[in-house]
Amino acid sequence: MDFGPYLMLATLEGAVTAAVLALTASGLALVFGVMRVVNVAHGEFFMLGAVLAWWVTNMLGGSAAFGFAVALIVVPVLVGFLAVVTDMTVLKRINYDPERTIVATIGILYIFQQVTLMTYGPDARPVVPPFNTRLALPWIEFVDGEISLYWPWGLSITSYKLAVIGAAALVLVGLWVLMTRSKLGLLMRATEQDRDMALAFGIPVERVYALVFGLGAAMAALAAVLIVPIQQAHYLMGHDPLLLSFIVVIIGGLGSFPGTILAALLIGLSDGVISVFFSPTLAKILATLLVALVLVFRPQGLFGARDT
Amino acid sequence: MTKSKAVPVTGTQPTRRDALKTLALGGGAAAAMPLWARYAGAQTSEPIKVGFQVHRTGIGAAYGRWYDRTTSAAAALINEQGGINGRPLKIVAEDDGTDPKRGAEVVEKFATQHNCDIGFGTLFSHVVIGSAPRAGELKLPYFVVSEGHHVASGMLNRYTLQPGITDVKSQVQAMAPFVADNLGKKVTMIFPDFAFGHDHRDYFTAAIEAQGGEVLEHIAIPPTETSFTKYFPKIPRDTEVIYHVMVGPAVLTFVKELGEFFGPQRPEMFGFIDSLEAVDIGSPGLEFLDGTYFWEGNPRYAQEDQSEYDAFFRERVGVDANGASVSDPKDVSTYAHMFGCWETLHVVKAGMESAGYRGPQDRAALIEAVEAMTDMPHSNAHPQGAKIFNGKTHQVFGHQYITKVVDGKLLLVHTTSIEDTFYPDEADYTTQAL
Repeated sequence: MDFGPYLMLATLEGAVTAAVLALTASGLALVFGVMRVVNVAHGEFFMLGAVLAWWVTNMLGGSAAFGFAVALIVVPVLVGFLAVVTDMTVLKRINYDPERTIVATIGILYIFQQVTLMTYGPDARPVVPPFNTRLALPWIEFVDGEISLYWPWGLSITSYKLAVIGAAALVLVGLWVLMTRSKLGLLMRATEQDRDMALAFGIPVERVYALVFGLGAAMAALAAVLIVPIQQAHYLMGHDPLLLSFIVVIIGGLGSFPGTILAALLIGLSDGVISVFFSPTLAKILATLLVALVLVFRPQGLFGARDT
Repeated sequence: MTKSKAVPVTGTQPTRRDALKTLALGGGAAAAMPLWARYAGAQTSEPIKVGFQVHRTGIGAAYGRWYDRTTSAAAALINEQGGINGRPLKIVAEDDGTDPKRGAEVVEKFATQHNCDIGFGTLFSHVVIGSAPRAGELKLPYFVVSEGHHVASGMLNRYTLQPGITDVKSQVQAMAPFVADNLGKKVTMIFPDFAFGHDHRDYFTAAIEAQGGEVLEHIAIPPTETSFTKYFPKIPRDTEVIYHVMVGPAVLTFVKELGEFFGPQRPEMFGFIDSLEAVDIGSPGLEFLDGTYFWEGNPRYAQEDQSEYDAFFRERVGVDANGASVSDPKDVSTYAHMFGCWETLHVVKAGMESAGYRGPQDRAALIEAVEAMTDMPHSNAHPQGAKIFNGKTHQVFGHQYITKVVDGKLLLVHTTSIEDTFYPDEADYTTQAL
């Protein structure tokens, strides 16, 4: 394949990764930003989203598009609700103590993973995409000084992958509007800035916490519902999104929304491009190296506010 | 009741063993007796314990489920026929999580905690390579069903044998002439980046070069990968044949994305069915596979000239004519591999009977008895086809099948001879001490 079309394909594949990663990581960043909870079980909420999407589409039967549409709405709500219950029964009981929440969420990770293994089983199961057309993409070439289009061999994307990118962008804009323009967002930001002061002003901090934890998990679940027609639902699939989300959140600046989005794009695209031109292992090495460099030279992350 | 034919064992055997063998055949006839009388002739009626290392979880789980069902069916059949040397067979299953480290621990548990007579049933090559050294140290006969070339290459030890399934080197060597003659000579290989895939890379490359072909590009993909399109631009434009083999939970994504990448301009394709084991060929997105070819260890779809042995095997394991579970047509089997468990257990039975096996003190005699085996005729004990065992390299050789996807089914187009799969010995385990 020529360099140009090759780069375009790598970028498109990277964009799909980046879109899903941005959703997952912004859930993690939200939870950390507002609650200061490092949620190690975040990847399992992602996994639950995929598994429940399979379950919902399989239960409903009928047309693929209908089942998927229902899953897209129901599954994030279900997972969000489960996260709220987890928050109230576990995290609240240990007073959101940083060390203990890490240990507790590791425990939650294994509980979710093993319960899924015991009920759903160890198989990877597919969800049929609601629509999936292969779109051949053109590329520009110069013939005798004239610009002309041609369709290079293998340069294509599917309509569903484009839809994933679009849907992720829409959801992220929605989240941004929620955080900056709504009363709920105001309450969240107030809690984030100073928990005690927020409490003094009558903000129901505990309820805000439960809600934020649920919202963060729902974001991961939504990302999983979007990706599951491309990949498949499997009980071990939460590991990679968790690792990449942590990388993204650390690079972007813990709790910084724009930083998270930018870092997700950076990691997702570089993963696509570096994997294609060099090797997937090198992409992972570079991402972790970047984390190390950020931690050494800019511990607050690229966009994080410096503590003064 | 259907009886399996006894597996002939060639080579000189002490007469005492022959006598015991006859006794054991009598045990088979005793199957019709009431249960209490059945084991009366044996020295002990304690069960023979087979430690079954099964990939219940991890990336090999789909294979593990079917290896489990096949093993249970084979054990039930052997017990109906009077067990081994008049003793019942007991399967002690342990999950290894498709993980080499856990695999070695499981082997150790078989030998020291469960007091198993043998270890058996491992598939994934990295787990075999991780576990076999421990089995050798513990002197536990370790019967793998893995396909990897690591047994015949001499990499493992005298206690590790592969008598029920052929190895990758012999498979790909037998495939290369068909690929070169019918599909094309310029090949791009896509394979998983671990021992099993490396066997494909090394031996197919050599085999296709011997046919006057060449491999234009080797594309290695980690077996845990979930997204594949990014690897495909490395496929050179002048590729005539894509040779693909993939394993792991994302195989369906792999094949779908391969189809999406090529669209209407697909080159010829030759795949190892591993890329679609336990996956329905009729899954959405796989339509482009129509007209492509697959290697199958054993044809998933019952063919027109299906042997009575294959029909018997399907019925006993509970697999329908489409290769899916009789109780759930969506639960597609790993048909190209799982016969190996069935055949291996029958080899174990034949070996124990010929060795007059009584308990762990006879493990060395069991190894020698299996090493002495050669011909294994097509039978209920060997439903995949006739086989020839090489006692020096501990590896069995057999027929290979090439099927073509026609209207969403895999139709047999070529069967190789056993001789097509031979290669010169690379090891002689019989020179190692027992």
